[in-house]
Amino acid sequence: MKTNEDFVRSMPDSAHHFGKARGMWQRIHIDPILLLMLFALCAVGLYILYSAGGESQRLIKRQGLVMVVGFTAMFTIAQCSLHVIKRWAPWFYLGGVILLVLVMFFGVGAKGAQRWLSLGFMRFQPSEILKVGVPITVAAFFAGRALPPKFKDIVIALTIVAVPFVLILRQPDLGTSILVAASGLFVLFLAGVSWRYIIGAVGILLASLWPIWQYVLQDYQKTRILTLFNPEADKWGAGWNTIQAKIAIGSGGLDGKGWLEGTQSQLDFLPESHTDFIIAVLAEELGFIGVVLLCLLYIGIILRGMLIAVRSQNTFGRLMAGSITLTFFVYLFVNMGMVSGMLPVVGVPLPLVSYGGTSMVTLMMGFGLLMAVATEKKKTM
Amino acid sequence: MNWQKSDLHTFTDARKQTRSFVSRVIFAILIVFILMGVIIGRFYTLQIEQFDDFITQSDENRIQVRPVAPNRGLIFDADNTILALNAPSFTLSIIPERVKDNDALIAQLQQYIELKPHHIERFKRNLKLPRKPYQSTPLKLHLSEQEIAILAVNEYRFTGVEVEATLKREYPDGKYFVHALGYVGRINLRELNGFTQEQVEQYGGTNSIGKTGLERSYEAQLLGEPGSEHIETNARGRVLKVLTRVAPAPGKDLRLFLDSHLQRVAQDALKGRRGAVVAIDIETGGVQAIVSNPSYDPNLFVTGISYKNYNALRDSWEKPLFNRTIQAQYPAGSTLKPMLGLVGLSEGIVTKKTTVYDPGFFQVPGDERLYREWKKGGHGSGVNLRKAIVESCDIYFYDLAFKAGAKKMHDVGEFFGLGLKTGLDIPSERSGIWPSPAWKKQRKGRPWFTGDSINMSIGQGYVLVTPLQLAVMTATMANKGELIQPRLVSHIGDVPTVKKILNTIELPDKYWEHVHEAMEGVLHDAYSGTAWSVGRKAKYRIAGKTGTAQVVGIAQDGEYESEKLSERNRDHALFVGFAPADDPKIAVAVILENGESSGKAAAVAKTVMDARLLPSVDASTDRNSNSNINNASAITANSSSEKVLNTPHRHAHL
Repeated sequence: MKTNEDFVRSMPDSAHHFGKARGMWQRIHIDPILLLMLFALCAVGLYILYSAGGESQRLIKRQGLVMVVGFTAMFTIAQCSLHVIKRWAPWFYLGGVILLVLVMFFGVGAKGAQRWLSLGFMRFQPSEILKVGVPITVAAFFAGRALPPKFKDIVIALTIVAVPFVLILRQPDLGTSILVAASGLFVLFLAGVSWRYIIGAVGILLASLWPIWQYVLQDYQKTRILTLFNPEADKWGAGWNTIQAKIAIGSGGLDGKGWLEGTQSQLDFLPESHTDFIIAVLAEELGFIGVVLLCLLYIGIILRGMLIAVRSQNTFGRLMAGSITLTFFVYLFVNMGMVSGMLPVVGVPLPLVSYGGTSMVTLMMGFGLLMAVATEKKKTM
Repeated sequence: MNWQKSDLHTFTDARKQTRSFVSRVIFAILIVFILMGVIIGRFYTLQIEQFDDFITQSDENRIQVRPVAPNRGLIFDADNTILALNAPSFTLSIIPERVKDNDALIAQLQQYIELKPHHIERFKRNLKLPRKPYQSTPLKLHLSEQEIAILAVNEYRFTGVEVEATLKREYPDGKYFVHALGYVGRINLRELNGFTQEQVEQYGGTNSIGKTGLERSYEAQLLGEPGSEHIETNARGRVLKVLTRVAPAPGKDLRLFLDSHLQRVAQDALKGRRGAVVAIDIETGGVQAIVSNPSYDPNLFVTGISYKNYNALRDSWEKPLFNRTIQAQYPAGSTLKPMLGLVGLSEGIVTKKTTVYDPGFFQVPGDERLYREWKKGGHGSGVNLRKAIVESCDIYFYDLAFKAGAKKMHDVGEFFGLGLKTGLDIPSERSGIWPSPAWKKQRKGRPWFTGDSINMSIGQGYVLVTPLQLAVMTATMANKGELIQPRLVSHIGDVPTVKKILNTIELPDKYWEHVHEAMEGVLHDAYSGTAWSVGRKAKYRIAGKTGTAQVVGIAQDGEYESEKLSERNRDHALFVGFAPADDPKIAVAVILENGESSGKAAAVAKTVMDARLLPSVDASTDRNSNSNINNASAITANSSSEKVLNTPHRHAHL
């Protein structure tokens, strides 16, 4: 007993508590700072959703339930060791690709797109699996190899990315395919693919823009892109969303019209106000100040994610963590860019804020992986 | 599955990898910051720099300016009996955009209120017409109070169903007044296209417009000024609240000279026969009764008449839509004779004592042609002007016309308003024809013959008059030469309309007296007066003149045998007159189409005169029945309720 007391006395109090707390978080495989910011973001999401969804209790309850599911998924995944995750990654990926092929034949959908598999009691979107599956698989692939990657490895990695990308693009679902491709390419980038390759690839991409426009994009996608550059041309059709979103954002001004007071959203001028266009509601009701605060929260999450990646001694872990974090940024950049009229409307939700189950669960699974990386025992594999 | 572990990686490798990874992360974070800056910059541009633009656009989105229809002015008769009012009407409408299945909704509605096949049919027809998004389409008009209550209670069961309240023009006992009042109807496409920008704004909230009669000629005064309201709507156009409101200015009420009692009496006196009655107040020129029979119910037209009903009215051989008082042109017949007597006297062609011999025909010197007289064998010798009027001797006037010539007759006739529109304040009046040699030359391209003058002297040949012209001529005769423009409206709002004397005929009083006295003889000379059968029963003295107008020409040697003519080819019966003869108050003109006997026309005129000149028990009971309508109007029109409640009691004009 005495020795124990001595031991305690010899430690500075703060350090003692800190150390103890840290140990606790370590044990349950949670990064408290990241968790706090995720909670904050979800709270903001519910707050704005209440207004955007016309003060619907039902919507809030459902989204709350989705969040519980999401955090449970995050917590569960966080408990897995990286070793296990790495081992299972290719199977996860393969399963996802098979489901995508099934979607091609048995999928259901709406508005000319075939995206869902029906399980009778629920529908789910296999492309969401790949949002997690692609980065972990590419990261797992590079984990055992010499870095910077050799040309042959790059080609293999690109193939891993390309297969689901093409399958998802064909559904067609431009937004998800971009996110899936980005998540894989970020791994390549972080793995240290030579700048020469990167610049070369960007060059080829730019050169292939015209053929892509001509042969790959669907008419509705072309319309969306054309509308982006001239929304007034189709004021009542494709341009409506963009115009109304811009009016909502712009009319919010510095400090907004007030919670539940946004005329654009409350009077239904703003379509999809509780899903993809929810940032417009926030911008209208909470103003520029609200937008900046939200962006700061997002930056905080991204910096925390990158810090976790950098701190990790594990190649698989850091590639995966870095890619997931950057993909999270692509989400919000594409969403805020499209709602504010800088990018075409491609159907990407605002991460953790937009109403919707699948993206919430997928994102939280990603953050579960981040948690796993953050709390992995420091040893090289 | 596990990709083979390379044993290549050493400690240095790991450090190199970490350095490379960190540099890539730093690069990525840099890009993240730049892009985040772009996003924030974008929001800054929209929210701070372009705020003014977008707040305006946002307000334009949600705030609409909607015109508010003014209440149309009411129309009252001379005794403040309401003739045209605005009654609230409730319409069951459906907003198709908010309904998934119209048939299912209609079936559901049918469980609560009665919907007839024609309601559903019209609704489906209207659905196909172009309309603004979220504009409602009527399903059933004029809901009963019970139906309104049922729908109100069950409102929550239906989506996309609305009960709309509007004011609908209503004409109590409209068929008595339609030819004077006209009616309002929905603004049609042709009218809409003819609107000026100003009118488009004026009619913003209104969907009806005066189509005929007073409703049309006083459209500008009755309409009023529309108000406006700023309303907040959602994206589907549904009104959420009214932000500000500028009240509309109601249209001005019209008060008429028309006396609804007299009007009813006149119309009823026709007993369903085709014809027209016009009664004019001699002092003011105000039209106190203007009846064209058959008539029709203007209320049918207010919310759109069915094709079936309209075609029946339009195609009826009796022409109920035709306003005989101002649009029908008849030969004047002998009703012109008193006026022509004045021509003779004033031009010095005849004196009181001048006589002619009437063997039953007239011959122009040097011409073999015989001009016949209506009376077989003629009126004999010693026919002076008085006798010629009392007994309606044609030969006297043939002779007078031959001596006076067409020009003189034409000029004096025009002073009495013949051949000219009287300018009554309702549209579509026709001018009739009061011929002259110049007119014939121009219109027919032929010279004037003596025979034309002779025909003209008995109101035949080219002569055509409207019943209104006859009444105006008679009023001018009664007041000894003042041609007063007839008018229906006495007050617009509170402002009286102005009496307009079109011209004054200056003649020695004795001429007027002589002709008046002769006209009195027409009704009061026992046995000889052509309307004595009517005049003998009068409680006051009437001055007048009968007439018959041939519908078909009669061969020179032919005999007029009415039995052989089908009813529609029989002569029109005419009568003009004023009373009391010594102090004229009212002038009346009556035409009975194919009425044959001018005595019947005189009887109608006397009935109207009685109603005006004799205090009547019937009249006062009539007033009482009207007071119900007055009370109804107080609900719908606040502006005029005071006036209605202060209705003075029926005046006695004697």
